[in-house]
Amino acid sequence: MGDALLEMRSITKEFPGVVALADVSLAVTAGRIHAICGENGAGKSTLMKVLSGVHPFGTYQGTILYQGRECRFADIRASENAGIVIIHQELALVPGMSITENIFLGNEPRRWGRIDWKAANHRALELMAMVGLKEDPDTLIKDIGVGKQQLVEIAKAFAKDVKLLILDEPTAALNENDSRHLLDLLRGFKERGITSIMISHKLNEVEAVADAITILRDGRTIETITVGADRVDEDRIVRGMVGRDLQSRFPEHTPQIGDVFFEVRDWTVRHPISAERLVCKNSAFTVRRGEIVGFAGLMGAGRTELAMSVFGHSYGVHLAGKVFKDGQEIQVDSVADAIANGLAYVSEDRKAIGLNLLDDVKTSVVAAKLSKITRRGVLDQAAQYHEAESYRRSLRIKTPTVDEGVTRLSGGNQQKVVLAKWMFTDPDLLILDEPTRGIDVGAKYEIYGIIQRLADEGKGVIVISSELPELIGLCDRIYTVFEGTITGEVARADADPELLMRRMTSNRKLTTP
Amino acid sequence: MSRIKDLQKNLFGGTTSNARQFGMIFTLVAIIVFFQIRTDGLTLTSGNLIALTQQYAYISILSIGMLMVIVAGHIDLSVGSVAAFTGIVVAKAITEHGVPWPAGILLGLLVGALIGAWQGFWVAYIGVPAFIVTLAGMLLFRGGNQYIGNADTVPVPEGFRVIGAGYLPEFGPETGYNNATLLLGLVLCAAVAWREWRTRRVRQQMEGAEPAPVWISAVRLALLLGVIVFATLQFAGGRVGTSFPVSGIILAVLVVAYSFYTRNTAGGRHIYAVGGNARAAELSGVKLRRVNFLVMTNMGVLAAVAGMIFVARSTASGPQDGLNWELDAIAAVFIGGAAVSGGLGTVSGSIVGGLVMAVLKNGLQLTGVGSDMDQIIRGLFLLAAVALDVYNKKQGRFSIIGSLMRPFRGSAAAPTADPAVPSAEGEKASSSSSGR
Repeated sequence: MGDALLEMRSITKEFPGVVALADVSLAVTAGRIHAICGENGAGKSTLMKVLSGVHPFGTYQGTILYQGRECRFADIRASENAGIVIIHQELALVPGMSITENIFLGNEPRRWGRIDWKAANHRALELMAMVGLKEDPDTLIKDIGVGKQQLVEIAKAFAKDVKLLILDEPTAALNENDSRHLLDLLRGFKERGITSIMISHKLNEVEAVADAITILRDGRTIETITVGADRVDEDRIVRGMVGRDLQSRFPEHTPQIGDVFFEVRDWTVRHPISAERLVCKNSAFTVRRGEIVGFAGLMGAGRTELAMSVFGHSYGVHLAGKVFKDGQEIQVDSVADAIANGLAYVSEDRKAIGLNLLDDVKTSVVAAKLSKITRRGVLDQAAQYHEAESYRRSLRIKTPTVDEGVTRLSGGNQQKVVLAKWMFTDPDLLILDEPTRGIDVGAKYEIYGIIQRLADEGKGVIVISSELPELIGLCDRIYTVFEGTITGEVARADADPELLMRRMTSNRKLTTP
Repeated sequence: MSRIKDLQKNLFGGTTSNARQFGMIFTLVAIIVFFQIRTDGLTLTSGNLIALTQQYAYISILSIGMLMVIVAGHIDLSVGSVAAFTGIVVAKAITEHGVPWPAGILLGLLVGALIGAWQGFWVAYIGVPAFIVTLAGMLLFRGGNQYIGNADTVPVPEGFRVIGAGYLPEFGPETGYNNATLLLGLVLCAAVAWREWRTRRVRQQMEGAEPAPVWISAVRLALLLGVIVFATLQFAGGRVGTSFPVSGIILAVLVVAYSFYTRNTAGGRHIYAVGGNARAAELSGVKLRRVNFLVMTNMGVLAAVAGMIFVARSTASGPQDGLNWELDAIAAVFIGGAAVSGGLGTVSGSIVGGLVMAVLKNGLQLTGVGSDMDQIIRGLFLLAAVALDVYNKKQGRFSIIGSLMRPFRGSAAAPTADPAVPSAEGEKASSSSSGR
C-alpha cells in the first residue's frame, strides 16, 4: 500500500434541516484511481464540494489532510492551487471560444501583460496530445462533440498542474467509444502518477478501472473496498449502495389492475443537438389501467427524455416508434395532442418547467386545460375558483386561499399544485417524474396517497424515480432503464433493490438469482 | 392602519400584480394636483383635457400592443416607423389614388397586419430576438416611409381627419353641454356601477373567498363615479364645437376590448404563460410560436391605428411622423407595472403609466419648462418609478404607497409585520422570484 495523497477524516456537513455528510472518511492512495459509489443523494457530490473548497473550511467539521498537511481551502481557487481539480458533470466550457482559449481560461500565459497566444497554442497542443485529442486548437468548443469537450476539460485541468483529478460522472453523457477512451486515459494518468477520484453510477466501469472503491449511503461511509485485497463484485457494491430497510413509508394499498390500455413500441429518439447520440433506443413498455408503473434508472439513463418525448415530442428528435391507447394508434406530435389524448406529464423540475412562478394557485391549476373553464370564449373566473378550491381541499394544499402566489407555497404544496394542474386535464395516463424530489417525508406520504388514488380511479400512472425504495414501495411493476434502453421488467413481488440496481447499471442480460 | 392595507389591496383590483398600478394611480393624482396648483387651474380645463386626450391617444394605443409584446417577453422598437409607414401608404392611397377614406383605413389596418406578420415570422418561427427584428424594422419602415413619400408630406382629406381631430357630434336640446358626451358619461357611470356589482356577486359565489368589504366597494365606486362625472362635464362643457374626441373613443374601445381579452380569455392568458415561463407553457400545451406570432402581428395592427390617427390629427403624413414613439410606449408599459422579464403587467396599468408621463409632460409645458428640462425630468422620473418598485420588491414590501405611508404608521408596522407574508418561507420565495 502506497502513501495516502489525501485523507479526509470524519467529515460532517449539515445543511439547514439535513445532515448531508455524517462522519465520512476517505483515504486516497497516491497514483491510484479511487471510485466513489452511492445512490443519488448519498452525499458524493457534497463530499467533493467540501474537498474542492466549494463548501469552504469552517462550514463543515472534520479535517482534510493532503500531501501530509492539513488543508483549509477557502474557495475553489485555493484547492486548485494545491493541484486538486474537479471536473463536474455539467462541463464548464465557453461554447463560443476555441479549445486553446478554454484550456487557459482564467489561467492565460502572459508576456508583458499581453496574452501570449503563440505559447498558449503550443502548450495547448502538448496538453491535447496528453489527453489524446486530435483537433485544431482554434476549433470552437460548440463544434466538437461532448466526448471531446470532456477531454478539453481534462486538458484544462492539466494546464493547472493537477495532482488530484476528480471526475464527477465523467461518462454519463458519453457514448460507448468515448467512454472507453476516457477510461483508457485514466489508466494512462495512473501510470504517470496522477491520482484520480471518479464518481460513477456505472458499476462495470468502476470495476474495470478502480483500485479502490468507497461506498457512501445516506451521508455515511459504508465501506472501502481495496481491489486486489478484497473480493470485488457488483453485488457487493450494490448491496452497500442500497442496503436499507423499507419501513412503512407508504400508505396501505390494494391495487386493482385492469387490462393493458397504453403501449409504446420501438420508441427511438435522438439528442436534440448531437445527431449521432441516441437517447432512447427501441424502448417499449405497457401500462394497465389502475397500475402504477415505475421507471428505475440512474441520472442520465434517459428516463426523463423517454417520458418527455412520448409526451408530445417535447424532448429531442423522434426517429421511430408508435404509441397505442386502447388498441388504437394515437398521435402525440405536439403537447396539445398528447393532452387531448389523455396524457399528462408532471416534470421533475417544477420550478424550471413545471410552473409559471408568477401565477397564483388558481391560475396554475387550470393552466393546462383552459378550455374546461371557457364558456363561449370567455374564461369563467368563478369556475376557475371553484375548480382550484376543490383541488385545494381534496389534495389538502396548504395555502390560505387559492389567490396566493405559488412561490409562497412550500415544495410539497407546490408539487400538489402541479399534480392538481394535471389532474384537472382529466388524463388517462399520468407520467410523474421524480414526484417527491425535494419535499419532506410527510408530504411524500400524502403524494403517495394521491398517486394510489389516481390508480384506483382506473388511470395508469408512471412514476420515474431515482429512489429505489420509493419505486419498490409504490409500484406494481418496475422497468429498469440503462443508457436509453429498457433493460428489464420486474414485478412487485420480485422487486428488490439489488436486482434493480444491477439492471440499472449495466445492460448485460442477467438471470434473476 | 389595517384599513389602509385593505384599501391598498382592494381599491383597484385585488391581485398582487396591481401593486405598482395602485402606486401609479396615487402618483398620477399627486402630479395632477401639483400641476393644477402650479398652473392656477390650467391643467384641468376643458381645453387642456381635450388636447391631452388627442395628443396621447395614439401613444396609449401603442402601449396596449406594447404591453402584450412585453408580457410575452419581447420588445418592439419599430412601432414609430411602422406607424409612419402605414400613415404615408394610407395618405398616398387616399389623396393620390382616389381610394375612399374608409377603404383607406381598412388598407392601413391590412398594411399594419402584414408588417406585424412579417416581424412575427422572424421572431416566432426563425427565432431571431424581437429586439433585433424590430430594430431592423425601425430602419426598414422609416426608410420605406421616406421612399414612398419622397421624404415629403402628403395631406389627407377632411373625412379621414375625423379619427384624429374629430369630436362627438352635437344633437338634441340645448343644455349648455355637448349632449353626446353627457350621454357617454351616463353610460359609463352605469357600466362602472354594474361592473362593481357583478364583481362582488362573482366573488360571493366563491365560497371561502371573502369579497372586498362593502365600504371599500362604496369608496371605489364613489371615487370612480366622481372622476367620470367631473371628466364628463369638463369634456362636454368646452369651447363650442369641441367635445370628447373621436380618438379618445377609439382608445377607450380598444382599452376595454384588450383588457377583456388579456384577462378573460384563454388566448390572453397564454400570453402571460409564455412570458412567465415559456417552457412550462409549452409543456402545458400552449403553442409558443403561434402566441409570439400573433402578439407581434397585433402590434403591427395597433401601430397602424396609431399612425392613422396621428396623420388624421396633423392633417398630413410626413417623414418625421412617429419619431421616438416606441420609447414613450415602452416607458408607459414599464411605469404601468410590467416586468422586463415578461409575464407581468396589465393593459389598464400601461394606460395609467402613459397618463402619468403625459400629464407630467403637459404640466411641464404649461409651466413653461423648456424641452431640455422636460426630457431630463421625465427621464429621471421613469428611472425613479421603476427603481423604487424594484427596491420595494427586494425588500419584500409592496408598492410606492406603502413606503409613502410608512412614516405615518409608527413603529408598529415594521415591514416584517406585513400580514400578506404568511411565513418566513413565503418571504424567501417572493424575494427569489423577484430576483429572476
